[in-house]
Amino acid sequence: MSPRLRTIGVLAASVAFAATTLTGCGGSGESASTGASTSAAVKVGLITKTETNPFFVKMKEGAESAAKQYGAELLTAAGKFDGDNAGQITAIENMVAAGVKGILITPSDSKAIVPAIQKARSAGVLVIALDSPTEPQEATDALFATDNFKAGELIGRYAKAAMAGKPAKIATLDLAPGVAVGQLRHDGFLKGFGVAEGDPSIVCSQDTGGDQAKGQTAMENCLQKAPDINVVYTINEPAALGAYTALKAKGREKEVLIVSVDGGCTGTKAVQSGQIAATSQQYPLKMAESGVKAVVDYAKGGAKTSGYTDTGVTLITDKPATGVEAKDTAFGLANCWG
Amino acid sequence: MTATTTTQTPLANEPSPARRLLLTPTAGPLAALVLACVFFSFSTDQFLSGGNFSLIIQQVMVVGTLAIGQTLIILTAGIDLSNGAVMAFGGIVMAKLAVDSGLPPLLAITAGLAVCAGFGLINGLLVTRISLPPFIVTLGMLNVVFALTHIYSQDQTVTGLPAPLTFLGQTFSIGDTAVTYGSVLMIGLFLFFAYLLSQTAWGRHVYALGNSPEVARLTGIRTARLTVGVYTLAGLVYGMAALLLVSRTGVGDPQAGQTDNLDSITAVVLGGTSLFGGRGLVIGSLIGALIVGVFRNGLQLMGVPSIYQTLITGILVILAVTVDQLSRRRTR
Repeated sequence: MSPRLRTIGVLAASVAFAATTLTGCGGSGESASTGASTSAAVKVGLITKTETNPFFVKMKEGAESAAKQYGAELLTAAGKFDGDNAGQITAIENMVAAGVKGILITPSDSKAIVPAIQKARSAGVLVIALDSPTEPQEATDALFATDNFKAGELIGRYAKAAMAGKPAKIATLDLAPGVAVGQLRHDGFLKGFGVAEGDPSIVCSQDTGGDQAKGQTAMENCLQKAPDINVVYTINEPAALGAYTALKAKGREKEVLIVSVDGGCTGTKAVQSGQIAATSQQYPLKMAESGVKAVVDYAKGGAKTSGYTDTGVTLITDKPATGVEAKDTAFGLANCWG
Repeated sequence: MTATTTTQTPLANEPSPARRLLLTPTAGPLAALVLACVFFSFSTDQFLSGGNFSLIIQQVMVVGTLAIGQTLIILTAGIDLSNGAVMAFGGIVMAKLAVDSGLPPLLAITAGLAVCAGFGLINGLLVTRISLPPFIVTLGMLNVVFALTHIYSQDQTVTGLPAPLTFLGQTFSIGDTAVTYGSVLMIGLFLFFAYLLSQTAWGRHVYALGNSPEVARLTGIRTARLTVGVYTLAGLVYGMAALLLVSRTGVGDPQAGQTDNLDSITAVVLGGTSLFGGRGLVIGSLIGALIVGVFRNGLQLMGVPSIYQTLITGILVILAVTVDQLSRRRTR
């Protein structure tokens, strides 16, 4: 047998192996989402930014349980990295080819995804944005999301009240330039705190990409620039924990107030242990559940859902400040994600 | 077929055309592609249709085109980690010049192509003149170009592109199947480079260089000039990938292409081209790209989460490289 013929043999065997592995996985995956392979089941697509972020994992869980409840079949896909627009376009095309009635999507790039969404909609597919809006927002039929401005505002008001009149030196650890979610939370925080952009009390602003390691680096750099920082706004809890690590290295973790947004289980535990003072908790499970329900309703002859649905946000802290409504971490841990 | 076999009386030990096809490094990947298609045809109703195949080709046209440039470089025993970033920059240049600077679209496209070829030229010069390893040169260039993309675009997606920039994303019909113009361009490029590599002296020199730079030099090939030419030409091809990307997505996207360097290497390796240089066919890279596209599409139609696609691709890549290594050991 020549080496080349052997090559063919090996590759053929590998594909056969891959195929068997997949039928195994596919089988269990389908039974998890559909229960039965009824040919009449409504197909619902869920496209997240990435496959691995706990926020999207929870979202997928919510969609799966809702799909089971309503007898729908759930197809899932994700970009390879946060910002992978081409990957999301490919997923939309494949889902339309698979015959979905509706697509739930957390757009990685709010503008760049719009042409692909328009194509899907003109093919009669209901498209709902989850978590973050497209630009323009009307590019999708509907938006189910956290009010990110309000999420920022809640922790801003909390931080203002908790400072009780002490002069503030603020660091903001932001997401990335040009991303709506990050901008809304940032602006909401400033409004809640009652300062304008460019106010001298904001001594440092850095992008973290919502990443813990980058959050730590950013905080270290901010402390170099302004060692007397006493309020830290963070885009999410990983960035907050990174900031905490940097502050602890300087022995300043007890004197600095860290506030954040997300309400993930790790983050909520950090609120419980006092590393983070307060966080605005959001509800990815609910976004996905409402999305699946809307698609199933539409498939059964109901109207297309439209407009913006606020899926709610709750301030979680164990050190409530006067005049700011909040729930404790027991509530937070019962409702956290990830 | 019969005519060619009878007129060219083959030498006694020369294999027949059918057997020669089986002996090419592309035969294994082709068999894998066909098997995957057969498997998905039986697994899901929607897979086997002209429209779906057209969709798959459209979805691989960007990475497929990048893989052409990558193949050229890998055939010289080099590697290019910067191609996705160069493409993203080329796309932003085209989109911004056309939209923000108001240049005529065709001039903007030409500028984008030239910029990409320019980065290829720089890579080639660094590899030959300073004798830096291609891996390091292109790793550095990846970061440089990534940063330039974000600085030049100010992280803003460019929308509202003029028609010539999105033309390749439009479709025409063959029967009732919609085919994207970009798919045709990609296939045309593959055929062109297949011809260039197999039928011209330049192509044979590329293989010779990959097999042994020293021997190539001693036979009178100007290896440094050839290498610079290969990197520049690859850059130009990345520019065409940039145009395909812009027309496919309809926007200039500074975040684009972040994994496309590895995806194009994946396509080349799955296509049976040796990472050690001097062996492989550019058509194999098309097959490699299609294997990835077929798995992505087929698994999605079956309702399998996309993470399994990544798993399968990983397994196939390791298998392909193993096969290459084993068959090299045997022929040695």
